[in-house]
Amino acid sequence: MSTATDERSPGSTATVRDPAEVQRRVKISVTLLLVSAVIFYFWWTIDDKQVFYLLSGERMRDTVPGQISTHPVTLTCGILVLVAAAAAALGLLRRGAVTLVSMIIVGTAFLLCFVVWAYSDLDVAFKPWITNPLPGTFAVATPLVLGALAGCLCERAGVINVAIEGQFLAGAFFASVAASLTYSAGAGLLGGIVAGIGISAMLALFSIRYLVNQVVLGVVLVVFAQGLTNFLLDQIPNDATIKAYLNEPPKLQDVAIPGLSDIPLIGEAMFNQTILVYIMYISVVFVTFVMFETRWGLRVRAVGEHPLAADTVGIKVRRIRWQAVLLAGVFAGLGGAYYTVGSTGSFDKNASSGNGFIALAAVIMGRWHPLWATFAALFFGLMSSLRNQLSLVDKIPSELLTMTPYLATVIAVAGFVGRVRPPAADGEPYVKS
Amino acid sequence: MRERPLRLPASWLPSVKVTMASMVLALLVGALLILVSDRQVIESFRYFFSYPWDAFRHSGEAIGESYKALVSGSVGSWSAITATLERAAPLICAGLAVTLAFRAGLFNIGAQGQLIVGAVCAGYVGFHYELPPVVHVLAALLAALVGGALWGGIIGVLKARTGAHEVITTIMLNYVAAALLTYLLTKESFQQPGSNNPRSEKVDAAATFPSILGVHSGIVLAVLAAVGVWWLLERSTVGFELRAVGANADASRTAGMSVANVYTLAMVVAGLLAGLAGAQQVLGHQDSLTASFGGSIGFDAITVALLGRATPLGTVLAGLLFGALSTGGLAMQAGAASTPLALTQVLQALIVLFVAAPALVKAVFRFRESDGGGAVMAKGWNS
Repeated sequence: MSTATDERSPGSTATVRDPAEVQRRVKISVTLLLVSAVIFYFWWTIDDKQVFYLLSGERMRDTVPGQISTHPVTLTCGILVLVAAAAAALGLLRRGAVTLVSMIIVGTAFLLCFVVWAYSDLDVAFKPWITNPLPGTFAVATPLVLGALAGCLCERAGVINVAIEGQFLAGAFFASVAASLTYSAGAGLLGGIVAGIGISAMLALFSIRYLVNQVVLGVVLVVFAQGLTNFLLDQIPNDATIKAYLNEPPKLQDVAIPGLSDIPLIGEAMFNQTILVYIMYISVVFVTFVMFETRWGLRVRAVGEHPLAADTVGIKVRRIRWQAVLLAGVFAGLGGAYYTVGSTGSFDKNASSGNGFIALAAVIMGRWHPLWATFAALFFGLMSSLRNQLSLVDKIPSELLTMTPYLATVIAVAGFVGRVRPPAADGEPYVKS
Repeated sequence: MRERPLRLPASWLPSVKVTMASMVLALLVGALLILVSDRQVIESFRYFFSYPWDAFRHSGEAIGESYKALVSGSVGSWSAITATLERAAPLICAGLAVTLAFRAGLFNIGAQGQLIVGAVCAGYVGFHYELPPVVHVLAALLAALVGGALWGGIIGVLKARTGAHEVITTIMLNYVAAALLTYLLTKESFQQPGSNNPRSEKVDAAATFPSILGVHSGIVLAVLAAVGVWWLLERSTVGFELRAVGANADASRTAGMSVANVYTLAMVVAGLLAGLAGAQQVLGHQDSLTASFGGSIGFDAITVALLGRATPLGTVLAGLLFGALSTGGLAMQAGAASTPLALTQVLQALIVLFVAAPALVKAVFRFRESDGGGAVMAKGWNS
């Protein structure tokens, strides 16, 4: 029997001699010991006394950067992780908030030391400074969060949505076209929403009405959206005057929120962004609220867990599912719009480059909960942002760095998320008998 | 579980009927897209009401020419047929990788990554060593199988030991494999001597597949692999356990099967099959590795497997169809009507969509309700 299946051990009292609990302790403390070993390796090998950082503003000639003293910082972090390892070995780290917080602390300490190591001992005249990874995080994560929200909505209602990538592509293309036609980026968002709802409508029609296997359907819709957008893109003539009307949209401008955007560290990252990012914040709150605090949300979850029971008490299962899937299209379409009007402007082939699947991964990693899925997307965004930053530094080959966000996700999923349980009726069409 | 009715010899007929009808339906929708994409047709529709004949004539011509090019480009001549077969071979192998995992209740999106790793191993053995003719190709092939199996095995082990969802891990490992490939292509041992391009040396002539009548023998391997998968699934004990776990993991566990072992084994074999697909991409002709040599075979393989209803025979047929569509699509793009290649992508999607929605097809063509062609596996994430 595998070890993973019987991990649901009663680890609530201190006097446990349960082998599974012991094994868990050993696993965690060994992992933490390894992490601390890596950090001590950094501490040992770094020669530079300090590295410089600049968390906000531009680098000018007279800007004075902050300094991190490399050795004390890495040493402190290493000892911190060592303490955590000891605590885990003594069984102080049990499931719950304490473990979560200590894991976050360990993770942050490790990242900090890693970044310090990557920026130290560089053999260049013009030393790069560590910059704030958060603005990049939110830029990468915005469409992922929106896509993940769409995934949560669909799947909580019992309709698997593998087609987020398709919704992204359609949203991106039609956002670009709509924005170019009207010369207004706001209209582009509307175009994205309409396209997202369009793919959602196909998803709903075929899964709810025609009972198509939903994983199949999702994959097919992705291929369909790829084909359609590529096809339509080929139809736009290369003539510059016509192209300007169809695929050269204005981009969304950054809007600074007065007051909030002056908060150190996070202000610039969170509150000096395009309107799409603010829509993303609102969407997270909105979806979480609707799903867990309203009657409609309860019905959505009911039809996703036990449609027969829901039907018995008079809930219209198919109607609720239709509503949830169409609403999801709004968010996924907005997410898609990010890839044209929200960032680069005109639409290229495969503009969203597989990010819809990352959003899908975020849904599963976040255990089908909008808030956790958001954190999963932000985690991925942070990793991508750090990767982009470190690729400017010549310490690690950038081709190897490319894989870090993906590897980090695998480690996070295998190490901390583990077995997940989808909504009970996820993927099962409901047929009234 | 619902008991499966015993399959009578004639029962495949209705399901073939539905598949054919789906293809017709997809081609009809494709025809509409061709009309939209043809300048002449659009021009002639401007004066439709004063002279409608023109619009019909141009429409007919555009559709006729496009589909004629599609057919003649895929099966019209021997060279077209060889191209189709060579295109179909890796699709079939990668499709089998998805099929096999599907039967164990795993959604393997990772064929692309397994294919890349397999091809990297095959390529490295292919150009780095010098071995006698037959030994060399076998060694390269073996390397591809091992590489793919290892990459797939990671997914299986993670799933079995930690419960990490295979959809996440396969997606992520696809990216990792792609990054690994681009990294290796910057290394001197992989690049062509005296060149800085991200392109490896060509594999040795001794390491390439032998050709039969102008077709490299990859297609033979693909068919053999399909037979092997059929035997594994339908005739072996392991295959029985695999299907049982795919149908209901909890029940299988209760019955004393090791679900963890089944998951691991399924992913190892799936990776092996995808590795074979990768080997065909580099060893089929004397090819070199580039960052994009794999194209989107690993993803097309998902649609191939789904169209084939996750059966070995179905996967072979679907692979042949998709191979034909993609070679024909190239001919169509080069042909007189110059219909974009993306149209074939739309066609592929629509065919699978309609096949998966027999209720819709039956309604359109007014088939009897009892006609076959039920949907593929009913379940989704729960495995």
